[in-house]
Order: sequence, then C-alpha cells, then structure tokens
Amino acid sequence: MAEKGVKVFGMWASPMVIRVEWALRLKGVVYEYVDEDLANKSDALLRHNPVTKKVPVLVHDGEPIAESAIIVEYIDEVWKDGYPIMPSDPYERAQARFWAKYADEKCNAAIYPVFTATGEAQTKVVHEAQQCLKTLEKALEGKKFFGGDDFGYLDVVVGWYAYWLPIIEEVSGAKVVTDEELPVLKAWFDRILAVDVVKETLPPRDKLLALNKARREQLLSA
Amino acid sequence: MSSEKQETAAVRVLGRWPSPFVIRVLVALRLKGVLYELVEEPMGNRSELLLASNPVHKKIPVLLHHGKAVSESLIIVQYVDEVWASQGPAILPSDPYARATERFWGQYVDDKLPSAIRVLRGKVAGDKDEAAAQVAAALQHLEEACVQCGQGKDYFGGDSIGYLDIALGSHVGWVRAVERMARVSLLDAAKLPSLAAWADRFCAHPGVADVMPDTDRFVEFSVKNDGVLKAN
Repeated sequence: MAEKGVKVFGMWASPMVIRVEWALRLKGVVYEYVDEDLANKSDALLRHNPVTKKVPVLVHDGEPIAESAIIVEYIDEVWKDGYPIMPSDPYERAQARFWAKYADEKCNAAIYPVFTATGEAQTKVVHEAQQCLKTLEKALEGKKFFGGDDFGYLDVVVGWYAYWLPIIEEVSGAKVVTDEELPVLKAWFDRILAVDVVKETLPPRDKLLALNKARREQLLSA
Repeated sequence: MSSEKQETAAVRVLGRWPSPFVIRVLVALRLKGVLYELVEEPMGNRSELLLASNPVHKKIPVLLHHGKAVSESLIIVQYVDEVWASQGPAILPSDPYARATERFWGQYVDDKLPSAIRVLRGKVAGDKDEAAAQVAAALQHLEEACVQCGQGKDYFGGDSIGYLDIALGSHVGWVRAVERMARVSLLDAAKLPSLAAWADRFCAHPGVADVMPDTDRFVEFSVKNDGVLKAN
C-alpha cells in the first residue's frame, strides 16, 4: 500500500536540501521533513535512493525522486497551478537551466577550495571564485531576481549563496562577495534573504557557523 | 560579386561528429522533423561564431535558433522538445514522475560515462581498469533502469525514442569503440541483456543511423586523433 503525502529526506545544514523546501513552500505544499545523519544513513534513505545515496530525496506518495534541481522542476510540474517557478518561455527555460548547471558545476567547484585555503593560496582561489560568480552575475542583467521581478528557478538553485557564502567567508577569513567585486550579486543577496520561504527555512546561523568551523578544522588537520 | 544574399538557416547546429553531445542534438531535431544546418566546427581551432555563441564554455554543441544560442546538449534537447512540441513524438514523457526519472538518469549518464570513456580512448591519461569498472557499474544500474522505464517496450521512452534514449544512446558509438580499442567488454549481452538489445535498436533507428556511424568510424577517428591530442 503506497504511503500518501510528501516527505523530504534531508540534512539541516545542506543548501541542496533547502532548494526543495523552498520549492514546496512556494507551492504551499505540506511536507514531512526527515533529518538524516549522513554518517549513519537511514534504511529508508538508502531504499529510496540506492544509486547515489544522497540527500535530498523527495518521496511523493511513496515514489522517490533524487537530485535537487530535478526535484525542483518536478515540484513545479506537479503543482502546476501554484506559484510558477520555471519561466514559461522555452528560451528563458533553457537559459535558467544553463545557469543552474553552470553554478552547480563551475561555481561550486570554485567556491569549495575557498573554504580550506589559507595564505597566498587563498588569494588565488578567491579570485577564481569571484570570476565564476561574476559570470553568473551577468545573468541577473539588472533584474531584481534571476527570475525577473519574482523569485524563480535560478534563484531557488543559487539562492543558498546569500546565506552560506558569508558563513564560508567568516569561517575562512576570505572576502569573496564584496561591494567592489560583486556589487550586483551582493544586492541580490539582500533581496533573497528577505523572501518569505527563505526566511522560514534557513538553519540557525550560530549552529551553521559552528558546524562549518568544525568541518574546516577537521579538513585542515587531515 | 553576387547580388543574392545567402539566407542563414533558421536552425543551425555548431558541432562536429563524433561528439556524442552533438549527436544528441541532431537526433532530437531529426525526431521532430526540424530542418537544420550543421555548421562544422574545425578541430582544435574554435570559430568566431562558437566563441560568440557560447562564450562561457566555448564548447559544442550550440543550437542557434533564429540566431539565439542555446548550449549544453541535454538542455538543447529539452528546448527542441518544447519549441517543437506540436510536431513529432514527445521527447520527454508528459508524466512529471517519468520526466524526473529520465532527467535523473540523463544526469547520471553524464556523471559516469564521458570522463571514463576519455580515459579508455586514450584521450586523457588515467587508469583504464578503473575507467572500465566505472562504465560497467554505471551500465549495470542503467540495465535496471531500462527494465523499469521501458516496461518491456523497445526504448526507455516506450514505443518511440525519448530523452534518456538520446542521452545514453549517444554514447553507444564510443562505448563500442573503446570496447574494441581497450579490449574490454562493457555492453555485454550476457550481463546486460536488455541494454545490449536496446543499444542495437537505438543505433538502427532511422533518426539515429545517419548521425551515429558504425563503430569502425569511431575507432578510426580515435586512432587518428586521440594520440595526437595526448601528445600536445
């Protein structure tokens, strides 16, 4: 007998998971959140996502879907009469998907080393991260959000930068998103943090900061 | 000087065989019955048009639709599906769950196959045994997906080829070529009966056969070019 309803398997500090929550809340969908200990994954998670074993996984009426950006499109299609997440024009949709892929593949790879780099190495990786983000920033094109006047798909996908990047900066001492280098992105950060679904779901800052500090120390001492 | 103005085709693809990513776009357009012009990108020397159309990645394929550029092969395939929704078969299914499943596997294919195939081709340095194991493991998962998605029909997409058929099928040329060159069995009919049979059907499909040639051609290309690239 298939269970009814919507479940999200996630981890409280994961920005990939939060995308799914934002999408569900934009649609006004009630869901059950299951927090996972990634060092000790539940049988349920492993059963629902045996291929990659990662969070987030959305389980809708017993059927699992993995990969956050794919889950967001799924949510938009299932609850199609709710808040529109994807643009409606095919060219705009292609652009949104393009930048989402760029952010997830290139920007995240450029940001990750900033977390642990020190000294001169840090300067180099910060510069590379900034170059990546400057390219992404172009897609904002003077709009309020990547989605235009309203918070849309690409904002859902990259909005986590607004909260997580300042934490990475604080933990590592690096300055990435500055007024001099990325003023447009920085202004967009403020707008993201004011969005209701974002405010409702962000993990407590002190807890996230502490986790990231500990993780950084662990990585540096390895 | 001729007074005739050469009209630029409405749909152009910047690309080059034997890129599996280019093959995807061509198959999608052919499925939809869309006329296109293939603008062959020279090897090792990016054209002005490519640099202008895909400044971020500078890679093929790029679709130019009335001059507007769309990049990233699977994104282009979805664009083609959406723009020409009223003609030809649907590339992505209509059910959201089936769509998400095909997109998941499409992403999985690109996470697992291209890098391993490059190693097996000798295009990049790497552990060939490891690469072969990675491909074999991925194809095992895809064998299971083939059984689930296809539900006994000819393709992942059911009766007609769809998104995941295109995503995975475009790599079959190179998979078969590296089987021969690296002397490994990857699309093993004994271990992967559904997938092996599907691969033959995909390659024989009229929308595919003209743009994805025989294994011989892939091997020929690799022998001629991959060693050269590695030496540079």
